[in-house]
Parts: sequence; structure tokens; C-alpha cells
Amino acid sequence: MGNRFDSVQAVRDGLKRVNYLADDGIASVAFLADRLGKPVLVEGPAGTGKTQLAKSIADITGARLIRLQCYEGLDESKALYEWNYKKQLLRIQVDKNNDTWSEVHDDIFSEEFLLTRPLLEAIRADQPVVLLIDEVDRVEVETEALLLEILSEYQVSIPELGTITATQIPLVFLTSNNTRELSEALKRRCLYLHVDYPDMDREKEIVLAKVEGITDHLADQIARIVRSIRQLDLKKAPSVSETIDWARTLMLLGIEHIDAEQAKETLHILLKYQTDIAKAAKELSSDK
Amino acid sequence: MLDLMSGFVAELRNAGLPVSLTENLDAMEAIKQIPLEDREAFKWALGATLVKNAAHWRAFETVFEVYFSLRGPEYALKDDEDAGDFWREMQEQMRQGEGKGGAGGMDSLTQEELMNLLMRALMDGDQAMMRALAKQAVQRFAGMEPGRPVGGTYYLYRTLRNLDLDNMMSKIEQAKSNDGQEPLEDLERRLENDEMQHRIEKFKQEIEAEIRRRLVADRGAEAMAKTLRKPLPEDVEFMHASRDEMQSLKKALYPLTRKLAARLARKRRHGRKGPLDFRNTVRHSLNYGGVPAEPKFKYPRPAKPELMVVADISGSVAAFARFTLMLVYAIQGQFSKVRSFVFIDGLDEVTEYFKATEDITEAIHRVNTEADVVWVDGHSDYGHAFEVFWERYGKDVGPKTTVLLLGDARNNYHAAQSWVVREMRHRARHVYWLNPEPRSYWNTGDSIVGEYGSHTDGVHECRNLRQLEAFVEKLA
Repeated sequence: MGNRFDSVQAVRDGLKRVNYLADDGIASVAFLADRLGKPVLVEGPAGTGKTQLAKSIADITGARLIRLQCYEGLDESKALYEWNYKKQLLRIQVDKNNDTWSEVHDDIFSEEFLLTRPLLEAIRADQPVVLLIDEVDRVEVETEALLLEILSEYQVSIPELGTITATQIPLVFLTSNNTRELSEALKRRCLYLHVDYPDMDREKEIVLAKVEGITDHLADQIARIVRSIRQLDLKKAPSVSETIDWARTLMLLGIEHIDAEQAKETLHILLKYQTDIAKAAKELSSDK
Repeated sequence: MLDLMSGFVAELRNAGLPVSLTENLDAMEAIKQIPLEDREAFKWALGATLVKNAAHWRAFETVFEVYFSLRGPEYALKDDEDAGDFWREMQEQMRQGEGKGGAGGMDSLTQEELMNLLMRALMDGDQAMMRALAKQAVQRFAGMEPGRPVGGTYYLYRTLRNLDLDNMMSKIEQAKSNDGQEPLEDLERRLENDEMQHRIEKFKQEIEAEIRRRLVADRGAEAMAKTLRKPLPEDVEFMHASRDEMQSLKKALYPLTRKLAARLARKRRHGRKGPLDFRNTVRHSLNYGGVPAEPKFKYPRPAKPELMVVADISGSVAAFARFTLMLVYAIQGQFSKVRSFVFIDGLDEVTEYFKATEDITEAIHRVNTEADVVWVDGHSDYGHAFEVFWERYGKDVGPKTTVLLLGDARNNYHAAQSWVVREMRHRARHVYWLNPEPRSYWNTGDSIVGEYGSHTDGVHECRNLRQLEAFVEKLA
């Protein structure tokens, strides 16, 4: 299997082409994930581009993105595979008399009657695949165990069929909002990447890349205001996506230069709690 | 390299990071893939394989810096002559990087000139210049001598005192108005200030790094790593936390409460199965033509406990009380009702402060400033406080109530009045005592935690966030 990336820099440039501005950490870890063939666990506050990272990587490698959205109550019939029992029933009923029992038995547990779910699909695909397991912290601890086999061996064991191994090693990204501690077993199998809010310069570049027609001056101002706001003690600090929304709003309003009044009026796009908005407004208007 | 790596991993483990054998092997594999010259990528390769928790990242960075960043030949300063070479070399580099030449011969500058240079660098956001100045400042002001048995903080203090960074802000502002820049509007000025603060902070870090660098060169990585070892946020003791540690504790608290709340909510929903729910089963049997094919069960819904927190907020244990209150209020959705009381020698109810605002920090601030907790002399008197509590609020303690008593039970030899606790236990569902002191200190001196403790359902040692979290989880 060939390597997808030549160097860390190549990852970075590639991501930049699809408008994802990676910092050193993101690029290095993505590069390693490819070289070592290990899944990446991406953790960090909401709205910092964790899911987007997987999408962008799929984009630049020309791979298909297969996504498994996790939620409470996810089980193997939704994550791994399921037998298509309706079809199996039909098969049995169609020719009741002709086949012997063992023939029918062998027949209905063949791949034809298997419904593949995202995880199985990812390792059976012929083309390159990026597998995104989104918000893995939402499943119960017991369900995490489902993932372990596929994450370390890239295979799925189906009792009736045997073990299905991967035709190619997919790049796997797991994202987590850190609402609970993931199990040691899962963490051990992954590379760990913590994505935090970007620093000011990177945020400015992100705004410039994502919002069309924005002026350098406005982007700079936005990045600086957002950084100031993040330093306050807030319930929920503004995320990158909210920064971008804010920038778009300001563009729509035709604002070229933000003053305190305009900032206050549009704060509700950055912040989602009334107490936070009040606090930020107070901070921005006071001159100390 | 192998030796260095095993030393590195051992130090990480010493610092409290759980690094398993497979992770160690992964790290070895990872660094093979990365060109060694690329320090950043190298660091991230190690970080991604060895550190699996964002809160541990800082500890990792410190160890990494000591073991790898400082090993380059340019840092090997053995004696003064070497150091001299090193300076010349650095200035050479700087001049090339700068292209200005104005910074040459920094050794000969007066302090005045140095400060001006620093101010310019801060105003222009000139990274290379700031780094050079940090080095110069450390060399000039820290007064470092090889083999001197003082910690890095001492040198840091000396350097910073001489630089007088606190006044830097106002100086910069002055310089700007002298430059003839038009006065900025409020918002702009604030942003500008934030920017400067950020740069000064960075400069301080630069100095810190420089001091560490020199100390490592002097004493060797192993010894240095040991002195730099800091406890992880969840292991910091409440009673002895420094200001920085308090900050990191506060940061660690919020994600922790979120996790805790999610876990508790989940636990409540996924209790064990209860008895058959006849109605629901019949209702669902209609799907199967009246055959009760899918039995439904009543899920037990354990009642949420009612919580009363009675906390000592006298100096020695104030931090602990604050954190416990913050934690309890952050997850108050998990309790049917939370009431809180604080005392030193008098007692006051502070529930209202938390109700009035959504902002817990502000409520805590009000507790510290407004609550009427001093009765006679402002020294802890558990006995009197408990008596007052029982007299005023005792009737509110019922069979659903869980009472948490917070404090070190250092009663300053006042009367214990432990009968109150005994009565409480009779009436309440549970009474727990949380003590921020190490177990070995209990019942020494004026601590009478044993006397109170015998009347409670349990006395728990809560020295750090980890222990506090474990206790609260058990409680809800």
C-alpha cells in the first residue's frame, strides 16, 4: 500500500488547497496516521473543525468518506452489520421443497443477505476510504468495545461467515467532545490529537479563506476581538464556526470597520448565553 | 536515542502520566517516520502517541523541553568562555535575521537602552528580537551561578523585578502618544491592550524557557526534570495550590463537571430493570395481534437527593470550600434541591447568591465578600456554627436530605457540640464529612474530625479534584 502523503508539509499544503488551515500538530498527526496505519482520536471544544478535518482529508486524498454518527443506544446492527432477515425469509419460502436444509442454511448466511453498516463498509471498500466516527463519546462504555477490533486489526468477525479483513487500510478519525472519559483500551489504540481554538493569526487566515471578499483589515479586527472575548470567563467561548458566521454577518451588513456599538449589536451571533453576552458587551465598551 | 527515549518515558510516568508499553512502542515507531530535524513534528509525534489527555499536555511539554529541545549543541554552555561565544553567535544570528543591525553589541547597552529596545520589540511584535532580549535579560539580571542550589523561580523573580514589566504597558501607551498616533477609540484601544498583554505574557514565557535552558545545561536533564515536575491539575492539593495552579484547577473543573453531569444523568436513566409494566406491555401487544410478545418493564426512578452543604470558609480551607461549592452548583441539576451554608464562627445561608445569578464565579465572589460569617473573632468555631445551624435550619433537615459538612475540623479548642451532628444523622438520609487535609493530619493539634466523624456516615479525604469527583459521583 502506498503512502498517501510524502511529508508533513505535503499534508499541510493539501489541506490548504481545500481551505482547511492546519497547524503543525494537525498536519503532523494526520501524516503519522497514514504512515503508522493508526486511527486518530480528535478531541477538543465544539466547533473547532474536528469533523471538517476528516472531510478535508477525504477531499485531498480523493477517498470516499464514510461516516458513523454515534449516539446513545448505538449497537452492532447499526454500526457493523445486520442480517437481512426479511430477504432470508423470502429465500426460504420461495422454494420450500427443492433444497435440503443444509443448502438453505448455507445459502441464507452468505454475503448476499448481509446488510453492511458503516464500519463493515469501510473495510470492505475497494477504493480508498476515510472513516469518520463522529462524537464517539456519546456511546456507552460497553459499546466502545465494538470499535476495538476494527480499530486495531481492521477486521470484523461475523460468527456465520468468519473474519472479514480489510482490503485496504482506511484512514480513521474519531471525534469526541470530551463529555466523558473514553476507555483506556480505545485511547491506547489511537493517536491522540487535541484541537483547540486557533491562535489569532491562524484564525484570521481561516476567516480570510472562508469568507469571500472580506478585507484584511476586517478579518484582523475580527480575530482580535474574538481572542479578547475568549479570554473572558464565559460559559461557552465562541467557536471557529461562530467566528466565521459573525464575519459573514458583518459582510452582509456592509460593515468595513467594527466599532464598539456594532460589535455589541452583533454579539449574539458569537455568544449563545445571555449572561455571556452581557458580560462581553460590558467588557468591550469599558475602555480599560 | 533509545536511552534518551526510555529516560523520557520514565520521567513522564514519574510526572503522573499513564504511559503504557504499547504506547511507548508506538512512539518509537512514530519517530522513525519523522525527520529528526523537524522539532515541531517530532514533538507532535511523541505527543500524539504518549499523551492521551489534553490536561496532561503541559506536563508533557515541560518534560519534552527538558529532554529534547535543550539538547542541541548550541545550548551546551559549560563555562563563561563558551557562554561568550554563544552570545556572539546568537547576536550574529539575530543581526542576520533582523537585517537592522541596530541590536548589535547588546552586551554594551545600558539598562535604559535595553528597556527601550524591549518596548520597541513589544510594540512591533518582533519575535526574534524578543527572544534575543529575553536571553540578554536573563544573562544580565538573573545572576545565575553554576551549581547554586536555588530553584528556577528565584531567577525568574529576579529577572522580572529588574525588567519591571508591569509598568511596561503604560510606558508603551505613552510612547505611542508621543509618536503622534491619533488617540484610538475605545474598542481599538482595548484590543491593542489585549495584544500587548499577550506579547508581554509571551516574553515572560521566553524568559522562563531561557532560565530552564540554562539550568538544564548546568544540572543535567534528569535532575532538572525532577525539580520542574508539577502535579497534574487533578492531583493539585486544594490547600497548597499556588495562584497558577488555582487557575489550572478552575479550568479543569468545568469539563469535569460536564462529564460528571453526563455520567450521572446516564446512570439514572440506565438503572436495572424493574418489575413488569402491565399497562405498557398490553399497549405494545396490540402490534402483535394481542400477543404480549414484547414485555415492558418499569424502570426504577431513583429520587434525586436533596443536598445541604455546610462549609467552613475560614482562610485555611477556603479554597476547598469554594471548589466544592462550584462543583455542586455546576451539577445542581442532578439534585432536587441544593442549599448551602457557610461559616467561620458564625453561620449564614448563601443559597440565594447562587439563585440570583447564573454565573457561579460571581456567586462565589459574593459569598466571600457579603456572607455574614463572623460572630466573635473570625476564627473557626465549628461548635457554635453547628449550633446556630441546628437552631435555625434544623427543622428543614428531613429524611430525603443529604448533609455535606466541609472543613478540616480545626476547632481552635472551642466546644465541639458534636451532639448536633448526631441529631442531624438521626434525621437526615446521610451525613458526610469532607476533609481537605491528608489523613495523617487528622486528629492532630486542634483537629477533632474524629469526634464529629464518629457521628457521620463517613469522613472522606478530599485533597484534590480527583478525590472530590469520586465522592460526588457516589453521592448523586
